[in-house]
Amino acid sequence: MTTRRRRFGCRLILTALVLLPFAASAAAAPSGPPVRIGGTLALTGPLAPTALLHKLAGEIYVEELNKANGLLGRPVEWILLDDQSKPDVARSLYEKLVTVDKVDLLMGPYATSGILAAMGVAQRYQKMLPHHTFGMPHLAKYEMHFPTAAFGPEPQRTLPTTVFDALAATSKPPKSVAIVTSKFPSAQHQSSGAKEVAEKRGLKVPLYLEYEFGTRDFGAIAARIKDVNADLLWIGALGLDGNQLLEALKKLDYSPPRHFHLFPAPGPLAVAPDGKLALSSTVFEEHPPFLGNAGAARLVPLFKERAAKANVPYPHVDTQAAGSFAAWQLIEAAVTATKSLDDKVLGAWLRKNRVPTLIGTLRFDGPNNYGDDLFKVKQVQDGKWVVVWPKEFAAPGARLLPP
Amino acid sequence: MPSLTLLGQAVVSGLLAGGIYGLLALGLSLSWGLLRLVNLAHFALALLGAYLTYQLGTAHQLPPWLAAAVIVPLFFLLGLGLHAVFTYFRVTEFTSLLVTFGLAVILESLIQWFWTADYRRYETPYATASARVGPLFIPVLELLAGLTAALLALATWAWLRFTYVGKALRASAEDPAIAAAFGVNHRGQGFLLSGLSAAYAGIAGAFIALISTLAPTQIWAWVGVVFAVVIIGGLANPVGALLAGLLIGVSESVTMAVVTPAWAPLVAFSVLILILIARPGRV
Repeated sequence: MTTRRRRFGCRLILTALVLLPFAASAAAAPSGPPVRIGGTLALTGPLAPTALLHKLAGEIYVEELNKANGLLGRPVEWILLDDQSKPDVARSLYEKLVTVDKVDLLMGPYATSGILAAMGVAQRYQKMLPHHTFGMPHLAKYEMHFPTAAFGPEPQRTLPTTVFDALAATSKPPKSVAIVTSKFPSAQHQSSGAKEVAEKRGLKVPLYLEYEFGTRDFGAIAARIKDVNADLLWIGALGLDGNQLLEALKKLDYSPPRHFHLFPAPGPLAVAPDGKLALSSTVFEEHPPFLGNAGAARLVPLFKERAAKANVPYPHVDTQAAGSFAAWQLIEAAVTATKSLDDKVLGAWLRKNRVPTLIGTLRFDGPNNYGDDLFKVKQVQDGKWVVVWPKEFAAPGARLLPP
Repeated sequence: MPSLTLLGQAVVSGLLAGGIYGLLALGLSLSWGLLRLVNLAHFALALLGAYLTYQLGTAHQLPPWLAAAVIVPLFFLLGLGLHAVFTYFRVTEFTSLLVTFGLAVILESLIQWFWTADYRRYETPYATASARVGPLFIPVLELLAGLTAALLALATWAWLRFTYVGKALRASAEDPAIAAAFGVNHRGQGFLLSGLSAAYAGIAGAFIALISTLAPTQIWAWVGVVFAVVIIGGLANPVGALLAGLLIGVSESVTMAVVTPAWAPLVAFSVLILILIARPGRV
């Protein structure tokens, strides 16, 4: 072979290599009728600020799917409806999605009450229901629901245990805990479990209070918290309740030595002056080792960019967005592996297989389709949430800081 | 057994929460009692006032008192406009419930469209400021709201009791035909009162912006308890509305401190039922 011919051959190979990705992407562009995935989110109402994170995550995931090969080579269409933060509306809309819109697959709504309502509909029509934010595993009896809120089957026991373990490992472990919780079902469930766990561990619980979801005036509750002056305040709250309670306490010139927030709005608490050293739980934060999880490198930067554009106060992927991404990853994994859109085929595959996701590897072979409790303890440090417990998941150089 | 400090603090918290209830109830009580309009949109107007205070403060750095100086006259005009609509469509006491409910829903949607459903917090340096009296802490902003409510209630009472316009308004509410025969211009005074009620909603809104976290659905959080306050206080009775607000506020707060916060929402209606049993002709 002459040198000229060899050069020509090399050029040909190089040209082919340069063109190959374009050719591949052209071939991979999804086509045909869309795979329609239906679901609701609380786009309005009291749950809307957090549901917005799930909307952004879902939009990003569907866009990324469609930029690649879609599902089974077909584009994906997400039919998203507003359940107004009301379970009864969610139930009606899921009924509509199945019977009127005739969607191929379902995606769950945001938060326990809505998911429970949607689960009833999914069960009636034997549709698979992946979801991301269900906090009462013992109520989820349907065999084709697949949770990515990886609490494990008994979060009322395991989550408080993780939190109290983390605090017990500090130089000044708490001896008493005041528990204040919203009556929102999952918050109340896990907080009442925290009381039991605390008492079993020999911690004093001088105060256990439940208040109505939507309470605005925390003055009297704050007075009771100050009155008992416990070493740890467990706030079983959703959204901004925790911020409001801390503000009410500040008005009484009192700051709890330590405070744990069950389901806080992550941004407002992280940036609030009273939120300094606040504790919470998480399955994902934007630091190692989580950034090595499946899809993190691709999805995290996209979410940050999109959340910043949407004026989200804390434009970072945490439990909420990560749980949502993971739910979409379940659908993609099951459809890709089975090459099917049949709910029963997909459901059977998910029950048998482990799925690597943004929040870790999920399995659904435990009680009520729950696998491992993947929750860790995080703390606000320098205006940002970082995981501090268990140590192997802590952010580089981070540890649980004392008050 | 709760400590005396806890009880004292609960009473203080209740009195201050009651001040806000009284402030919100004032305009509603006047329009219901004197114009026979059950104005559910009053709550939406108050929240709109809160959002405008927030907007003027955060986007235009206007201090809250200056924002209130802009919003209150604006709301007075809005009240006039609303009354013109009610008059044109001959809205009655019963239909006003439906019409103003619709208005409240529209206002809620507009608020959500403009400010989104995300929570809004107007951060001010004095948001958590408190005065200390012995072992008790008195939040400054809530105290200011309570004092404003007291001042407005007393001024409105004096206006209704001692001025010609006030007497004419009460006469018209009692018997419009006889009042008209004595030369009372009920139509004109209705506009004035409607404007005043809306202006009171604006004042309440300014305090709500400073004290609370704002969310569009908050409109509905007050409806039940403020209705109870208006009925307990007596229609068109500004001082009664304030006192009823304080009564409900203290009852709720003491219930939270002594029993459990989960029972607090029952208090307002339990008190209302007891009062209606004792005085069935209250409404």
